Amino acid sequence: MNVVVCVKQIPDPAAPQSLEPGSNTLDRSGKLILDDSDAYGVEMALQLAEQAGGGEVTLVSMAPNGETAGLRTALAMGAAKAILVSDDALKGADALTTAKVLAAAISRAGADLVVAATESSDGYTGTTPVQVAEILGLPSITFAKAVSIDGSTVKVDRQTEAGYDEVTAPLPAVVTVTAGVVEPRYPSFKGIMAAKSKPVETLSLADLGLANNGGGQEITSVADAEARAAGEIVVDEGDGAQRIVSFLEQLKIV
Amino acid sequence: MAISKIWVVAEPTDSGLTTTTLELLSAARSLAGTVEAVTWGPNGAASATVAGEYGATVLHDVGDIGTSLPGAPVASAIAGAIAAGNGPDAILIPTSGDGRDIAGRLSAKCDLPVLTNITGLVGGDSLTTEHPVFGGTKIVSARFTGTGPGIFVVRAKSFAPEPSGGGAASVSPLAVGDLGNTNSSVVVSRHVEERTGPKLDEAPVVVSGGRGLGEASNYALIEELAKLLNGAPGASRAIVDAGWVPYANQVGQTGKTVKPDVYLACGISGATQHMVGMKGSKNIIAINKDADAPIFTVADLGIVGDVHKVLPALIEALKSR
Repeated sequence: MNVVVCVKQIPDPAAPQSLEPGSNTLDRSGKLILDDSDAYGVEMALQLAEQAGGGEVTLVSMAPNGETAGLRTALAMGAAKAILVSDDALKGADALTTAKVLAAAISRAGADLVVAATESSDGYTGTTPVQVAEILGLPSITFAKAVSIDGSTVKVDRQTEAGYDEVTAPLPAVVTVTAGVVEPRYPSFKGIMAAKSKPVETLSLADLGLANNGGGQEITSVADAEARAAGEIVVDEGDGAQRIVSFLEQLKIV
Repeated sequence: MAISKIWVVAEPTDSGLTTTTLELLSAARSLAGTVEAVTWGPNGAASATVAGEYGATVLHDVGDIGTSLPGAPVASAIAGAIAAGNGPDAILIPTSGDGRDIAGRLSAKCDLPVLTNITGLVGGDSLTTEHPVFGGTKIVSARFTGTGPGIFVVRAKSFAPEPSGGGAASVSPLAVGDLGNTNSSVVVSRHVEERTGPKLDEAPVVVSGGRGLGEASNYALIEELAKLLNGAPGASRAIVDAGWVPYANQVGQTGKTVKPDVYLACGISGATQHMVGMKGSKNIIAINKDADAPIFTVADLGIVGDVHKVLPALIEALKSR
């Protein structure tokens, strides 16, 4: 079974983030890393391929400047190869444009199952995988907290407001996983060394027969949010609980 | 293009429409002259009264979708109306699992862009959207530039639900087009995880726990404190992902948005993911051992200390009152 995982390489969330002057889109010019949210999808894909007893895991990603650092992390975990779409024309691409690019790359790779995170940790759009499914004419199951394969069917426990639904879909299908669906493995030293020589095919928009039509949306302004008034921050010296009680009393909660 | 007609995707519940749906209907009334709703399910028509009460004049009913997930059929039905020239100028969709499925499929089907995580909408010739970024410290404003209805995915509690006093909406069937393979997902069974006490997104007090609790069993302290304060227990994504508590308890970007009178964050560092869901609380109390934790930037009262000491002492103090 061949599984394709959509992975995003993002600016390190632990580092200060900024918007690019002019476009007001997220500054992605610095070092990029594998989105933490995608490590779960990569792990899920590896486990499903292993359980199926054959097939391989292919990564697809879209990133500026031919960035592969995040892809190497996922390759070191065990993915076999990667397709990277990198093109200056994709700067600031919206979710639908991104989905068109990923869908074309997935078609090129050939997939029995497409796995993605529920949402990225930088953009939080959360629509791209379903847009990919619609473009490819595939069923999708989002918010998976458990995934298994039974013959040519994928079975998913899908998180809901009330609990979860058991949902199935015939393969090929698109599944988005929540963080925590599986525990991502740490790349081994051997894995890291092997990843250096695994194939990464870098493509332009033209290679995929696509163009960026601009996306049809624009950022008009950026402003500071209304800041909360500074609070009272105190170090607990055994009186922390009492301070909270007093605060709740002031608010007439207790 | 002026915005004269808005459609709101109205998510059905067992007994009516979700609160976020009512919020969006209320917001839509101030943005356009005509507000209509799109719903689905075996009892779609039964929502005509509540949809009308919040300002919808027409309820477009996709009908019973059986064991399907809503994404493909509802998107197809809306796309059909747009293609036939009967669509609206803007479509508002609640941020939820199903809402995002519908938005994503509709966007791809109609080749229309989608704006998500919206917390504010400003009317005019075109709608301007507001999105919190960087943990809610900055607000990005955006708008659609192309033709065709914009797809707006709006977060819960961005607007107040206010009835208009309107009569029941007239129900109009909305046909689903050919879905091909896209609708082959089947809901086999539904599992409800029981909860007691006030609902997380309606409770006046929310007590949430995070990684700082150390281990799953310590979540009992959160539940006990919540009960003492007549509140609801919440959680950061980290401990939901770790399997300590169900997803229904999650506060944040992918969980519930809460705006209680008092929000008590215990052992939560304050990742963007979490802050977006609770920053609108009236009063915020935080307990965390790391004085540099981002949660303290929004706290009205911050206790730099060990939750394992402060929480039991707090529970004891409240019990002895």
